[in-house]
Amino acid sequence: MLVEFGRELCPDDNRRVHDLAAKLTVMQLPGIIECVPAFGSLMVSLDPLVQDGEQLVAICREVISSGCADQGNPPLVVEIPVLYGGEFGPDLLDVSSETGLSQEEVITLHTAKPYLVYMIGFMPGYPYLGGLDQRLSVPRLKSPRTKVPAGSVAIAEQLTGIYSVNSPGGWRLIGRTPVPLYIPEENPPTLLRPGDYVRFVPVGAEQYQALEEDIAASLYVPVTYPLEGEVAK
Amino acid sequence: MSIEVRDGGLFSTVQDMGRKGYQRFGVPVSGAMDTYSAAVANRLVGNDVQSAVLECTFTGPVLRFTEPALIAFTGCEAPLTLDGIPVASWESHLVKAGSVLAVGSAAMGCRGYLAVAGGIDTPVVMGSRSTFVRGALGGLNGRALKAGDVLPVGQAKTVAEPGRFATFAQRVTLPRETTSVRVMFGPEEDMFTAEARDIFISADYKVTTESDRMGYRMQGPTLSHKIKADILSGGIAPGSVQVPGHGQPIIMLADRQSIGGYAKIATVIGADLPLLCQMRPGQSVRFVPVSREEAVTALRQLESLRDSKLHGPSPRRQFSVRLGSQLIKVDLQEFLGE
Repeated sequence: MLVEFGRELCPDDNRRVHDLAAKLTVMQLPGIIECVPAFGSLMVSLDPLVQDGEQLVAICREVISSGCADQGNPPLVVEIPVLYGGEFGPDLLDVSSETGLSQEEVITLHTAKPYLVYMIGFMPGYPYLGGLDQRLSVPRLKSPRTKVPAGSVAIAEQLTGIYSVNSPGGWRLIGRTPVPLYIPEENPPTLLRPGDYVRFVPVGAEQYQALEEDIAASLYVPVTYPLEGEVAK
Repeated sequence: MSIEVRDGGLFSTVQDMGRKGYQRFGVPVSGAMDTYSAAVANRLVGNDVQSAVLECTFTGPVLRFTEPALIAFTGCEAPLTLDGIPVASWESHLVKAGSVLAVGSAAMGCRGYLAVAGGIDTPVVMGSRSTFVRGALGGLNGRALKAGDVLPVGQAKTVAEPGRFATFAQRVTLPRETTSVRVMFGPEEDMFTAEARDIFISADYKVTTESDRMGYRMQGPTLSHKIKADILSGGIAPGSVQVPGHGQPIIMLADRQSIGGYAKIATVIGADLPLLCQMRPGQSVRFVPVSREEAVTALRQLESLRDSKLHGPSPRRQFSVRLGSQLIKVDLQEFLGE
């Protein structure tokens, strides 16, 4: 079953998606296998021999009409250090020329405000981050790369994201983070959660290497703090 | 106990009923493609239907058993031999310690399921033993079997008898050159032209060679979108028929990604996924639209068939025939059911 709140990118719709997912999970209805929250829709995987589809629609309608739960604590901002450009950001130059901005301006705009994690998906641990500055909007590659290294920070259209595992991909790569986003042996297996915010922080080559060493030695702790001030929209 | 892999076959992986509850982290479900055959294989050896089995593709593996075991092979039609002697599929067999089981090339269908009493006992990762090769997750080191591998087998909880078998009616339907596959329209059928919806259910679509556990890329008349093929990305149900801008449908299967951005014209019903997953490149599908009620009824029928009583061991009679100077032993087995 697919519950659709909207077909355009909208943070309020996204909040309603995650709110419904959380409430359905707590209700532990029989025959509900799992919830897959996305930008503006929630897919509910169900066993139709246990849970009647029409009855579930009625339950969802009731839950939605009762409104969104209060968020309580402010959302968490997770800092993601990024080494921009060079071999780690092979598309930075193209993005700069296509947008008419200097490489420094691209980096400044990309790191200016925290981005909302709309959802995790497509590949294990991949965060879809919304609210990219319109001036940075560039189309996907016409011919996707067959291999994009894990940690690549990318932009496409109105989104930015981080490749969490090595995979093919068509987004434009502007930098890379040494921070692992997908940790299969942990529960949950991802660094970020929907509703969190990501703040990209530019780092130099030396700092990047130092971070890599810390991560390899399990000494790295991600920088996080409660959200305040303006966010990317 | 364990199984030594002499030859991994073309693409053999450990699968169970899938990794559930992790799509929200981007981790695909995986699991057996033909869940029906996998479940019956387990029932034939007395396992729980959720137990992990070996899924082989086109050409199966050659395996040596270090200890006695009860096994059953289901799914595609492929020659099965035990120490070189042909044995029947869809029937449980006792394998002696040191015996070698070989699964040959599939003649009909393309995926075979080997269950062993006690289940394949590779580590549980995120609640499942299923192998997701692209993500190097689950199964045996997250990959397909190769020669030299050793597969751990769990302790059997119940002792099933050898010779238990499934009748023809209890076996998965294997696809022919053109096979009808039932679909429900949606969830984004409104993004397609009325003409595209007509074509979709009246033309034949061929399974291309670019088809695997992730999805089947189909080839046939182009399906046109009203405005665009892209949607705001969302969850994908198993059997979803997504249509990118090129207008050729792709049916999303066990290893599908958790989120997709193409409009989905229809969804193959759960009851027909085992049949679809046995289709080989070159074979054709005719999509037949059904209502949600029909889809649920079909699933209920398939599940009750899956759980129906298995027979056996059937009575056997042995006698000898003299042919010239040769004395030939004949082993007759009465076949119940059909």
